[in-house]
Amino acid sequence: MAGLVAASVTVLMMCLQFGATSVEMRTVVGALLKFLQSEQTDAGGLGTSGIIMVQIRFPRVIMGFLVGGSLAGIGVTLQALLRNPLADPYVLGVSSGAALGASLAMLFGIGATFALLPALPLFGFIGGFLSLVLIYRLAQSQGRLPIHSLLLAGVILNAILTALIMFITSIMEPNRSAGLMAWLMGSLTAPGYPALAVFFLYMVVVLGILMQKAQVLNVLTLGEETARSLGIETEWVKKQLFALTALLTGAVVSVSGMIGFVGMVIPHVVRMLIGSDHRLLLPASTLVGGMFLVVADTIARTLLAPAEIPVGIVTALAGGPFFLYLLLWRKDRMA
Amino acid sequence: MERATADLAEPCLVEGSAALQVEGLSFRYAMTRDRAKTWTLEQLSFQVAVGEILGIVGPNGSGKSSLLKLLAGLLSPHRGTIRLGGRESQRLSQLDIARLVAVVPQEYVQIFPFTVAETVLMGRFPHRKSRFWSVGLGDDTEVDLVRAHEAMSETDVLSLADRLVSDLSGGERQRVIIARALAQEPKILLLDEPTAFLDINHQIEICSLIVRLRAERQLTVVLVSHDLNVASQYCDRVLMLKEGKLCRIGSPDETIRPDVLRIVYGCEVVVDAHPQTGRPRVTMPMGVGSTR
Repeated sequence: MAGLVAASVTVLMMCLQFGATSVEMRTVVGALLKFLQSEQTDAGGLGTSGIIMVQIRFPRVIMGFLVGGSLAGIGVTLQALLRNPLADPYVLGVSSGAALGASLAMLFGIGATFALLPALPLFGFIGGFLSLVLIYRLAQSQGRLPIHSLLLAGVILNAILTALIMFITSIMEPNRSAGLMAWLMGSLTAPGYPALAVFFLYMVVVLGILMQKAQVLNVLTLGEETARSLGIETEWVKKQLFALTALLTGAVVSVSGMIGFVGMVIPHVVRMLIGSDHRLLLPASTLVGGMFLVVADTIARTLLAPAEIPVGIVTALAGGPFFLYLLLWRKDRMA
Repeated sequence: MERATADLAEPCLVEGSAALQVEGLSFRYAMTRDRAKTWTLEQLSFQVAVGEILGIVGPNGSGKSSLLKLLAGLLSPHRGTIRLGGRESQRLSQLDIARLVAVVPQEYVQIFPFTVAETVLMGRFPHRKSRFWSVGLGDDTEVDLVRAHEAMSETDVLSLADRLVSDLSGGERQRVIIARALAQEPKILLLDEPTAFLDINHQIEICSLIVRLRAERQLTVVLVSHDLNVASQYCDRVLMLKEGKLCRIGSPDETIRPDVLRIVYGCEVVVDAHPQTGRPRVTMPMGVGSTR
């Protein structure tokens, strides 16, 4: 764990260097130290690269780390809850549900007017929660959750929700819908430090509670009946976990749009490396997920610099083939 | 409050008393389309003494597995009561039941790669004290580790501790699941078809393990089996179900008889005495179309 934390810090520092303008490590460290000492964002006396650091790149890298970590944490939880190693908020349509909720909020201008109430995460939460419950109901048959029916239900739900989101963008004024589209494709453009702090709060609370339930997650993977015979009130626990994952998904989607496959690939890779015990898997996946997204975002920022690729495209291009590979591999093993 | 639950969980199972009491138990699944056959189980009453091994047999669809799930508290009865060590199971929480009763399910699919040791340790779940700060790996107390170790040595899976459960053979996996159930420190062990899908050597292994555990741990055992010979050789008493009704309950000599089996299964079988134990042994008769 300590190694992972150290690795995360290193990756973050490395990624701070790259961008449309590359900045030397010395400047990165200098700007970081000054920022930590003065806690000022106007960055007087930091120079151009200092301002880039403090006002753009720090928040962006931090946000990437938080979003990636959250997505991986959500993925771990959903996989245990649905007993499906391919579960991912994006693949199952939970992200789409949250995005639809948030789009609706934007359509009616709720997102624009809010200052005190976090309207976007709230709508995202409602959308995500509803789609998660719907998916579960659709896929469940006789107390079982067959992997393929779960994926199928996710695909169909995703198609419907995406169509609804498209409908919303089509009836918006062009300038607003362009912003909505950019957001939907997944972007880590940081909304500023206060918003980051709020998001961090969501993440800490949700992942903290999930960490506490790591043992429960372990037992849940054995199947619902076994979990009950080991003393878990599964109905109640499931509701809690649905709510927690939907809450964090809502928060993630409302700040960063639809970033796919992080929640599936990362837990999978980490599980291969350290095993399935959620007491380790959950925190480790969170850290690795954070690192992964920061790196993916660095690629997205630098590949066609000064233009940017939406980071959701990078993760989908990396994660999609991996998903297909798993699907094929699993089929082999089942046969 | 916590004190009270702890007392409640303390089992009052003493030699000679009933570990399980079932009275007037009726059950049906919520979504039965077949209106004519409404009850999956109807008006069952029986008792299981402490330290007894009871076998539940009956044709497919007679409600054996449902009965086991009811005893495990995984399903709730519509009528009648189930008492575990004298206390009505519907009034107990899932956790209280888990401290008394352990279940070895029929089919065990492990999707995620857990090792044997991790799987057995999960059996400690009902005994864990959940505290707000108990985040992370500090959860396994010394008692947990000792109990898991004992359970693994009793079932002879210690050498497999670091292997993945998914890589084991059927017999080894069954022993691991029994170890997990033992780590629960139950008073009552419920097994659903413990010998199904196993080769004869593993069948013998599992059956003698069950008998040995009963002796060592004073466990009360209820097992469902479609194998009449397993029930006859290893169980003290046999309960026969037919279409959800209790057909007969008694010693193997009283129940594994051609006339009873004809009623329950509707077919002729050959029953003779086992050469070693003298208990009834069931074999298929020479088929009508078979050639000799």
